[in-house]
Amino acid sequence: MLANEIFDRLKTEFGDAILAFDDTQPTDPFIMVQTDKVFDVCYSLRDNDEFQFDYLMCLTGMDLGENVGVVYHLYSMKFKHKVVLKVVAPKADPKVPSVEMLWKTADWHEREAYDLMGVQFEGHRNLIRILCPYDWEGHPLRKDYETPEFYHGMKVSY
Amino acid sequence: MGLLNKLDDPYEGGGIVLGKVEDLLNWGRSKSDWYLHFGLACCAIEFMAMNASHFDFMRFGTIPRTSPRQADFIMVTGTVTFKMADRIKVLYEQMAEPKYVISVGSCSNCGGPYWEHGYHVLKGVDRIIPVDVYIPGCPPRPEAFEEGMMLLQSKISKQAIFNKRKKLEAEL
Amino acid sequence: MSDKKRLDLEYSQIESDKMRINVGPQHPSTHGVLRLEVEVDGEIVTEVIPHLGYLHRSFEKHCEKMTYPQVMPYIDRLDYISAMNNEWPYVMALEKLMDIKVPEKVDYIRVILAELNRIANHQIAVATFGLDAGAFTPFLFFFRDREYILWILEKMSGARLLYNYFRVGGLAADVYPGFKEDCLNIVKQVRKTNAEVMDLLIYNSIFIKRSANVGILRPDVAINFACSGPVLRGSGVKYDLRKDEPYSIYDRFDFDIPVGKGEVGVVGDCWDRNMVRVQEMEQSCRIIEQAIAQMPMEGDVSALVPKRIKPPKGEVYMRAENPKGDLGFYIVSNGTDKPERLKARGASFVNLSVIPEISKGYMFADLILILGSIDIVLGEVDR
Ligand code: SF4
Repeated sequence: MLANEIFDRLKTEFGDAILAFDDTQPTDPFIMVQTDKVFDVCYSLRDNDEFQFDYLMCLTGMDLGENVGVVYHLYSMKFKHKVVLKVVAPKADPKVPSVEMLWKTADWHEREAYDLMGVQFEGHRNLIRILCPYDWEGHPLRKDYETPEFYHGMKVSY
Repeated sequence: MGLLNKLDDPYEGGGIVLGKVEDLLNWGRSKSDWYLHFGLACCAIEFMAMNASHFDFMRFGTIPRTSPRQADFIMVTGTVTFKMADRIKVLYEQMAEPKYVISVGSCSNCGGPYWEHGYHVLKGVDRIIPVDVYIPGCPPRPEAFEEGMMLLQSKISKQAIFNKRKKLEAEL
Repeated sequence: MSDKKRLDLEYSQIESDKMRINVGPQHPSTHGVLRLEVEVDGEIVTEVIPHLGYLHRSFEKHCEKMTYPQVMPYIDRLDYISAMNNEWPYVMALEKLMDIKVPEKVDYIRVILAELNRIANHQIAVATFGLDAGAFTPFLFFFRDREYILWILEKMSGARLLYNYFRVGGLAADVYPGFKEDCLNIVKQVRKTNAEVMDLLIYNSIFIKRSANVGILRPDVAINFACSGPVLRGSGVKYDLRKDEPYSIYDRFDFDIPVGKGEVGVVGDCWDRNMVRVQEMEQSCRIIEQAIAQMPMEGDVSALVPKRIKPPKGEVYMRAENPKGDLGFYIVSNGTDKPERLKARGASFVNLSVIPEISKGYMFADLILILGSIDIVLGEVDR
C-alpha cells in the first residue's frame, strides 16, 4: 500500500486527528498526526488487517526550535510497505503518548528520546535515562544544551 | 639473555654469576606481567587480534587476568566515558602495588576523535589514573602494541626496588 | 520429562532467597562495557536489567557539528567490527537525497568489500560465542583467517579496522592489481576453515548440549522487538533486506537466506542463531564469487559529485543489511553542509533489548551464552 492510500484510509477513520500529508521529493512521504491521538493511530496501523505494521523500524526525537518532534518509521513484515508518522509537542510541555505497549522495541527508543531530547512519553512504564548516567542533568541533543563544566569532579570540556 | 649480558662474569665457566638482586627481581618482573584487560571500544578489537594467532601477545610473558587483584598492569583500550570513569578508578585502586597502566588509543590518551564535542567522554584516562605508557593510534596497529609492551618492560626493568628514596634524590 | 523440566522441579523444592548480582561493566564475556543487573534464585535467572551507556560517545551530537564527509569516521566507529557495512547506508542515504547514481563498478566493489567484512564480523561472532561456551581453538582458527581479510581491506583503504573508504558517489580509491585473485583465495580459505569448525565446534556434542534449547526467541516476539539480522533469522523468519528490498545491485546475485530450523533443538535457540551466521558466511562467499566474475575492471570509481556536499532540504531514512541486523540512518538535511539531525538506529541496540525477555528461567551460565548468541557491539548500542 502506498503512503497516500494509507493517508486516505486514516483520514476516513480518524478525521481531524490526521493533520497533513507531504510527499514532496526528496523527502520520504510522511503523515502528520495530532499529538494526543498518536497511540490510537498506531494501534489501528498495527492491528488493522490492511496495514499490519508490525515492525517499528525507528523512533526519533527531534528538536524543532520551539517544539520537539517525534518521528515513527513503520514497516510491515507481511506487505512490505512503509509509512512515516510525525508528531510535535511544545518544548515547554513535551508530552507525547507512548507506543511502548504496541511495539516492545519502542521501550528503549523512547527512553533514548527522553534521555537525549527530553520528550516525556506518557504511559511509558519505565521512563528513565538510558545512555547518560542516571544523575546527568539536561538533555544533550537539544540545540540549546550547554555542556556542564564538571561531572563528579571531572572536567567535561577543555 | 638480557640479564646475563649485563653482568660481568669474573669466574668464567664457573657457572657463577654476580649481580644485583634488584636486577634479578626486575628481570623476572618485567618478563612476566599479568594484565587486566579493560576493553572498552574499537581498540579492544585490535587488541583481540593482537592476542590471537599472527601476533600472539602472550610471548611477552603476559597472561590476561579477569581480576584486578592478580594483575600487574591494566590495559585501558578505548574511549573512557564519565559513566565508566568511576569504575576504572575503583579497579585501579584494587590492584596490588607495584601497578602500571598502559593507555591504548587516542581516545584514552586524550579523547581522540571525541575531543571537541564529546559531552560524555573523559578527555584522557590520565585525568583519573596515572599512566605509564601511551600507545597512539586510532586504533593502534598490533605492531604498536608490541612496542608499547616493550617500553613498559624496559621501564619496569630499570626501576628501583631497594633504597627507592635515595635513588630518587640522586636523580633529582 | 525433558532435562529442563526436571531441573525446575528439583529447584522448586528448595527454599531460597533471591539475590541480585552485577555482571559488568568490566567483564570478559559481556562483549564490551555492558552492565547486567541479574536477579538470581539459586542458579536460575529470574530477572535481567541491562544498564547501557558506558560507551555513550555523543555520536549524534558530533554529527550535528560536522560536515557530511567529516561524519564518516564517526560512522565507522559505531559498529567497529564491520565498518565497511556501516558506511554503506549512510552514503546511500546521501546519494538518495542528492539524486546521484554511482557507476556500476563502484557498486560491485562495495558489494565485495561489504561481504568480506560480513565474513570477518561473523568470524568474530562465532569465535567469541565459542569462547563463551568454553571453546578456545575455533577462536584462533577464525582470527587467523580474519587477518587475511583485513589484509585485503587494508590494501584497499589503508586501515585495518576503521576504513573511511566509501565516499558519497563513489569510493576513495580504485582496486589494486591482483584484487580478484586475493578475494578468490580468501573464499577458498574461509570455506576450508568453516568445514573444520563445523566438526570442531558446531556439531560438537558438548557445544550442542550447552547451546541447544537455550534462549529461545519466538518469531512473533522477535518481530515485536524489531530484531533483525541473524537474531531474527535464527527464529525462522525469512527476512533479509538484500532480498526483500534489494538495494544497490543485490538483485543480480543468486544466494539463499539461511534461517533457523531447529536442527538440534527448538527453532530460535542459541545454536540456531549461531548456525545462521556460519551459513551466512558461505552465502557471502557465493556473492563474492559472482561479483568477481561480473565486475567490470574499467571505469571510474566516483560519480560526478560537487566538491561541497550540500544535500537539498529534506529527510530520508535508509537502511541496509548489516552483519548484525539492519542499520538505519535517518538524516534530516536543512540545505547546509551539516546535518540538522542524524539518528542511527543500531541493530545491536534493538537486538539487545530482547535479553530480559529471553533469558528468564535459564541458568546463570546460559545467560552469558545467550548474550554471546545475540552478537552485540557496544559502540552501536551506546553510540
Ligand atoms: S582511539 Fe579510535 S579506535 Fe580506539 S577507541 Fe578511540 S575511536 Fe576507537
